Amino acid sequence: MTNDTKTPKGISRRGLLKSGAAATGAIVGSGLITGFPTIWAQNPITLRQFGTGVSNINAIAEKCKADLGITLEMTATDSDAAAQRAVTQPDSYDIADIEYWILKKVFPAGVIQPMDIKKLKYYDKIVPLFKTGKLKPDSIIAQGTAPHTVGYVEAIGDKTFAKGETQFFTMVPTIYNADTLGIRPDLVGRDITSWADIMDPAFKGKTSILNIPSIGIMDAAMIMESMGNIKYADKGNMTKEEIDATIDFLIKAKQDGQFRAFWKSFDESVNLMASGEVVIQSMWSPAVAAVRSKGIACKYQPLKEGYRSWGGGLGLAAHLEGAQLDAAYEYINWYTSGWVGGYLNRQGYYSAAMDTAKEFMTADEWGYWIEGKAASGDIMSPEGKIMEKAGAVRDGGSFEERMGKVACWNSVMDEDRYMVKRWNEFIAA
Amino acid sequence: MTAAITEDDTQIDAAGKPGFVANIGKMSSHVASYLQAVPLAMILGFFFLLPILMIAVVSFWDYDFASLYPDFLTTNYTDTLGSWVTWKTYLNTLKYTALVWGLTLLIGFWVAYFLAFHIRTTTMQMVLFLVCTVPFLTSNIIRMISWIPVLGRNGLVNTTLIEMGVIPRPIEWLLYSDFAVVLAMVHLNTLFMVTPIFNTLMRIDRSLIEAARDAGANGWQILWNVIIPLAKPGIAIGSIFVVTLVMADFSTVQVMSGGQSASVALMMKNQMSLLQYPAAAANAVVLLMVVLLMVAAILRVVDIRKEL
Repeated sequence: MTNDTKTPKGISRRGLLKSGAAATGAIVGSGLITGFPTIWAQNPITLRQFGTGVSNINAIAEKCKADLGITLEMTATDSDAAAQRAVTQPDSYDIADIEYWILKKVFPAGVIQPMDIKKLKYYDKIVPLFKTGKLKPDSIIAQGTAPHTVGYVEAIGDKTFAKGETQFFTMVPTIYNADTLGIRPDLVGRDITSWADIMDPAFKGKTSILNIPSIGIMDAAMIMESMGNIKYADKGNMTKEEIDATIDFLIKAKQDGQFRAFWKSFDESVNLMASGEVVIQSMWSPAVAAVRSKGIACKYQPLKEGYRSWGGGLGLAAHLEGAQLDAAYEYINWYTSGWVGGYLNRQGYYSAAMDTAKEFMTADEWGYWIEGKAASGDIMSPEGKIMEKAGAVRDGGSFEERMGKVACWNSVMDEDRYMVKRWNEFIAA
Repeated sequence: MTAAITEDDTQIDAAGKPGFVANIGKMSSHVASYLQAVPLAMILGFFFLLPILMIAVVSFWDYDFASLYPDFLTTNYTDTLGSWVTWKTYLNTLKYTALVWGLTLLIGFWVAYFLAFHIRTTTMQMVLFLVCTVPFLTSNIIRMISWIPVLGRNGLVNTTLIEMGVIPRPIEWLLYSDFAVVLAMVHLNTLFMVTPIFNTLMRIDRSLIEAARDAGANGWQILWNVIIPLAKPGIAIGSIFVVTLVMADFSTVQVMSGGQSASVALMMKNQMSLLQYPAAAANAVVLLMVVLLMVAAILRVVDIRKEL
């Protein structure tokens, strides 16, 4: 799955007109946002960005070109390939767009250079979740690879992460969300309140979990713990015994016929739900939206044990220096200045700099997506499709309600290889 | 190739001009025939032998998430062969192979038989044969996925049966089950059986059948003693296609079992997506051995070259 956004190298009349217009647009439009965009328009700079998250969104590259004159070459990969590329081909990219658990894996290889927060214009606007692990001062820090645990280093060149907030930020967070179970409210026939409900015998043969080991094991852990079978020290970093207990439990459930299927890709999860093959399953938020857009009831059910969360950010490649490094900072400052944040919020993800994103959303959009209020008009996706009708309320409510109830973050375990081996046994069993 | 060389040699000898010129001719014809073999040898060498060698070499390497380390370790093999998952997966794959092979052979043979012996005009035979291939103009994946809305819990089959009052509630095992996997595989692979069998059946001399009938054989005896033995090369070729395709399948198993079943290739794909290339390579080598043994067994029963 590669998705390149490249501008043609040759100069055609049309291309010249277009880039001329873009340059003019950059000069006119971004005067407010940045101090020196004209430099990039005169000496075109290309930044190569690869990764899992926002690298999928072409609109961001187009807007970046228009606002800054910086050409973004974006390549999307899956997370394992991203981790590998980050380490083995450090010169092949300028910006790494990766999740925090991947950062934990790749940072010790010295391929990502920390950022000086003094150069980050909107550092103060970044939500505290990424600085202290707490959304609000009284929040409980979630298990797993919480972003703030890998967010800082003491000094440039350090290979280990700092305990608390320092001047050197490893990645600027960009996109994150809280995941839970999706249900068909018309078919479950009762209230769903807990992760344990997926194991209810009433739903035998009508449930599914995702077959991506690193995420599936976390969903399984949420289920195990909510059923009272086990109490993990850290769901994001299980011991071998904990892994064994979890997988043995899954194998038993599978052999008892609890699961209808295991899904691997987004579209599979949409089809399982839309066709009524399953009534409760692990799901991602855009998949819920996709089921709903077919006119089928689907709810992203908040559960009392909390959410499994994930987050990604942009890191600077170690080799960046001089004008390229300045351009990369420029890009990241543009990124957090609001337009992208508004775009991501309207897709149902969250932006790391909420205050700046607010200025790029209508009051109704802000109310629906972030404050958990009923929509007063139709809610449109960034692409202009109707996502929700007037009166709808977001499942799980406001940003604070959702991100304030994170139980664990996607993570990488010390016993990763053993876990994957056991997971394969579960699938083969 | 060898046949061509000996033929050339005998021609030169038969010309009866032993001596210098003939020797030059003989040598150059040797050289020429080697030269003729070079392009094919190079293509096979670069695109077939070399990659397989690479896989075999990599299967002994060490790895972590980031890279591969040249080494000579046997752990990839001991891990693979020492795990009950591998054995169970192989057993499962062999089960699919046996079922699909049996069903495609049965269906494929009768389709080919019908086309070859019951359709009178060659034109009609060709038209019907092309009709058989029409579904193959669409993609493999599409043909497989189209089964999902048919077999699903609220799919065509279940809704029809329920509305007709045949069954009170949907049949669950139609989709995401071994049944679904085998059904889709049979659907996808039957043509590979039909084509070679049809080809051999068309080449059977009709006077043999007439002779058998004149000698007093009934229809079944003709089928059993004349047609099937003569169709053996076609059956063998079709079997090789079907067996190798099913043994190496991962998408059908993944999609039609809903991820509930594993096949050998799926196991490899999982390992590759986790960047465990050496483990996948070891698995590939083992699978290659198993498939080669199966093909050798088929060829041992039927000598394709002799009977073609």
